Parts: sequence; C-alpha cells; structure tokens
Amino acid sequence: MSVQKAAYLKYVEKSAKKSPLVLDCAKAFFVGGSICMIGQLLRNLYTGIGLSEETVKALVPSSIVVMTAILTAIGLFDQLAKFGGAGTLVPISGFANAVVAPAIDNKAEGWVLGLGAKIFIIAGPVILYGTLASVIYGVVYWVMGLF
Amino acid sequence: MKEILYAFLIGGVLCTVAQILVDTTKLTPARILVAYVVSGVLLTAIGLYEPIVKLAGAGATVPLTGFGYTLAKGVEKAVEERGLIGALTGGLTATAAGITTSLAMAVGAALISRSKPK
Repeated sequence: MSVQKAAYLKYVEKSAKKSPLVLDCAKAFFVGGSICMIGQLLRNLYTGIGLSEETVKALVPSSIVVMTAILTAIGLFDQLAKFGGAGTLVPISGFANAVVAPAIDNKAEGWVLGLGAKIFIIAGPVILYGTLASVIYGVVYWVMGLF
Repeated sequence: MKEILYAFLIGGVLCTVAQILVDTTKLTPARILVAYVVSGVLLTAIGLYEPIVKLAGAGATVPLTGFGYTLAKGVEKAVEERGLIGALTGGLTATAAGITTSLAMAVGAALISRSKPK
C-alpha cells in the first residue's frame, strides 16, 4: 500500500462520523422502554376492564401496531425512529412500521406486486424464520412429550 | 406500579442490546429482527424467557423476542391439545392478531396517505 493511500485511509477513519454509542444506547433504552411501558399500561387497562387473558394478549400488540401505523401514515414515526434507533425497531412497532411504510411507498407500483409484495420485505423473513423455529420446537416438544 | 417499571427496564435493555449491535456490527435491521424472533423461540424453548415475561410483562412480550415467545407458547399449547399437527398450526395461530393487524393497517394507511418524496 502506498504511503499516500495509508495516510488517506487514516484520514478517512479519523473523519468518518462515529456514532456516539453511549448516547445512541441511552436513547434506544429510553424510547424502547417507553414503548414497552405503554404496552404494560394497556395491558393493565384491558385487564382492568375485565377482558380475558387471551384477549389481552392479542389486543396489546394489535394496539401498538395501530398506533405505529397512524404515526407512520402521518410521517411522525420516521422522526421517532431517527431519535430512538433500535428503541423503535425492536418492539412490535418496528415490525408494524416495516409493514406499513413499504405499503405507502410502493402503492404507486401497483396493488399486487407493489404494495402486496413489498409489505413483506422485512416482515416476510421475520415470519418465515420465526415460524420455522416454532415448528422445529413444536416437533421437539411433541417428541419430549412421548417419554 | 412495579410491573410498569420492570416493563420499562427490561424493554429498554432489550432495545439497548440491539442498538449496540446496530452501532458496532454491520447487521441490518432486518437481520436483527429475525435474530430477535428466533432467539425468542429458542429462549422460550429452553425455559429462560418465561421468567422474564413473568417479571416484566409487556417489557418482554412487546419486543420482537416476545413475538418468538408467543410463537413458541402457541406451538406448546397446540401440541398439547392436538398432537404433532400442533407444531404446524400453533405458531401462526398465536401470532395471528399482531400479523393480521399489521397487514390490515398497512392497506388502510396506503389508502389514506401518499408517499412523500424523500
């Protein structure tokens, strides 16, 4: 490697913007924690008005999905995601946004291969590998039940 | 009150771990989500995730590892009730509400809002 190239690489490395890990983590912790806290508040609320445990289990994620979809549609979710990073990605809000945002962006390409296909660009792999893992576990669980 | 605090803390920790992965590795968000869901299934299978759910409630079920937990729990229940066929039906049945709401809301949102120039 030439001297200039080495010097250049060193220069690039120095001036490449390092994302401040600690600050990023603090934001992710705060935003992610808050979304989960909202989930818990909803859970308490739904249980409080006498809904069954099964219903509450289904309704809490659905509620967060609905809220995420609204925020995505009015363009606020992007700003929250920019601030919260993984704090918005990891909760079910990240999954919902990954479905809703491509739907809005790809509608113009058509309802079938535009919106219809693109909504699964991230949700597809998540559902695929999650379901596969659960099938494998199901078989193992069944075999273990035989003994 | 205590469970709300634990939901905040555990949910926050799960997100912080992902943030560290985003900042220090080249993992794309999609890969992180897949890793979280599969980890959720695995951790539930070996019995490590259930205690976290008991402690932190939504702090453990709202993150995508909780999606994996729901898949695994659904499969357990279906296998107990219906035998081996439950391995094929349990996962998606248990997660149907979240997935279906996402799909329906996506079409709804696409109907009412327009893509903005980036």
